[in-house]
Amino acid sequence: MPCTRLNRLSLGPGGVLVGVPEVTERRTSTEVKYLVMAQQAGAGRRYIRAFVSGFFVAVPVTVTVLDRFAYVARVEGASMQPSLNPEGNVTGSDVVLLNRWSVRNYQVRRGDIVSVLSPKNPQQKIIKRVIALEGDFIKTLGYKNRYLRVPDGHFWIEGDHHGHSLDSNSFGPVSLGLVHGRASHIIWPPNRWQRIEPSLPPERKPLLNWHGDTTEEED
Amino acid sequence: MFRSALGKTLGFVGYTIQYGCVAHCAFEYIGEFVACSGPSMEPTITSHDVVFSERLSRHLCRIENGDIVIAKSPFDPHMNICKRVIGLEGDKVCTSGPSDVFKTHQYVPKGHVWLEGDNLRNSTDSRSYGPVPYALIRGRVCLKVTRGTSPDPSHIHLNL
Repeated sequence: MPCTRLNRLSLGPGGVLVGVPEVTERRTSTEVKYLVMAQQAGAGRRYIRAFVSGFFVAVPVTVTVLDRFAYVARVEGASMQPSLNPEGNVTGSDVVLLNRWSVRNYQVRRGDIVSVLSPKNPQQKIIKRVIALEGDFIKTLGYKNRYLRVPDGHFWIEGDHHGHSLDSNSFGPVSLGLVHGRASHIIWPPNRWQRIEPSLPPERKPLLNWHGDTTEEED
Repeated sequence: MFRSALGKTLGFVGYTIQYGCVAHCAFEYIGEFVACSGPSMEPTITSHDVVFSERLSRHLCRIENGDIVIAKSPFDPHMNICKRVIGLEGDKVCTSGPSDVFKTHQYVPKGHVWLEGDNLRNSTDSRSYGPVPYALIRGRVCLKVTRGTSPDPSHIHLNL
């Protein structure tokens, strides 16, 4: 219970009041406890508010960046050896940076390494090399047709490690709408930091491109 | 004066980026309005109807037989098609026409769906270009906002 103690007011020389009324409050221990708890709850509420407002800024921005600009993915499997994962999973898989902005208009080049939503499993992404674009006439490796013209709006992907790769040679040409991103850099492990350049193995070049002129001699 | 103008510009840019990202997340993960054109889904959806397609079913893989979906066209990724799902992976679908004597059937491969328009006579769909990969589906149509010709101009149908 607060108690007040007033000093006695007295008149000093010149009629001026001297002595300041002093009010002291002696608090009980329970009151002190309540005060501390209220301060902590205030600080806690401030922290929660800051966290929630930060969360609602950070999550949409992160999701938008991952969907539209860049994506980071770990490469698993041996289907792109020796370009990616040259030692398999023994020393750790490669991690690549996927550029999603460059494929927003579905423009890919022959020789690019791209990530594609798998036609066999819509929740899985596969990383392969683009071998041929729409209109190209190619020779396949183990597909049901020996020679094939890639239909409009489709492209042909293959893994560099032939025979250990689930690619267009098993499920046929892939629709351009399934392309997810273009692998531009290898960013892990650090001794394998490099920019990925588009390169097409010469024996896999299309026989005819869609302008009708031959790209290699057939023998 | 220059400093305050710069501060205000940066604040404005920051807010624009933040709201743009929220809008992207809403359109990508919740749903969007789509204007349909073409006769292939009559009488369910007529040309120039606006529909609302929700994205949650596609991301959670809950598209079922009988749903109307919006998908990217397999032959032109810039174009979208609006058709009904007739068969999921593993289903047996009939590929011959109604006037054929011998019925032919096909099994829908893994990871694909079979799409057909409601207006069977005037629709190019899986009967001509084969099964469509599931990952090309963009969303499931759940609401239709009809325009103009009906007596109640803002008539909303709810098809769940």
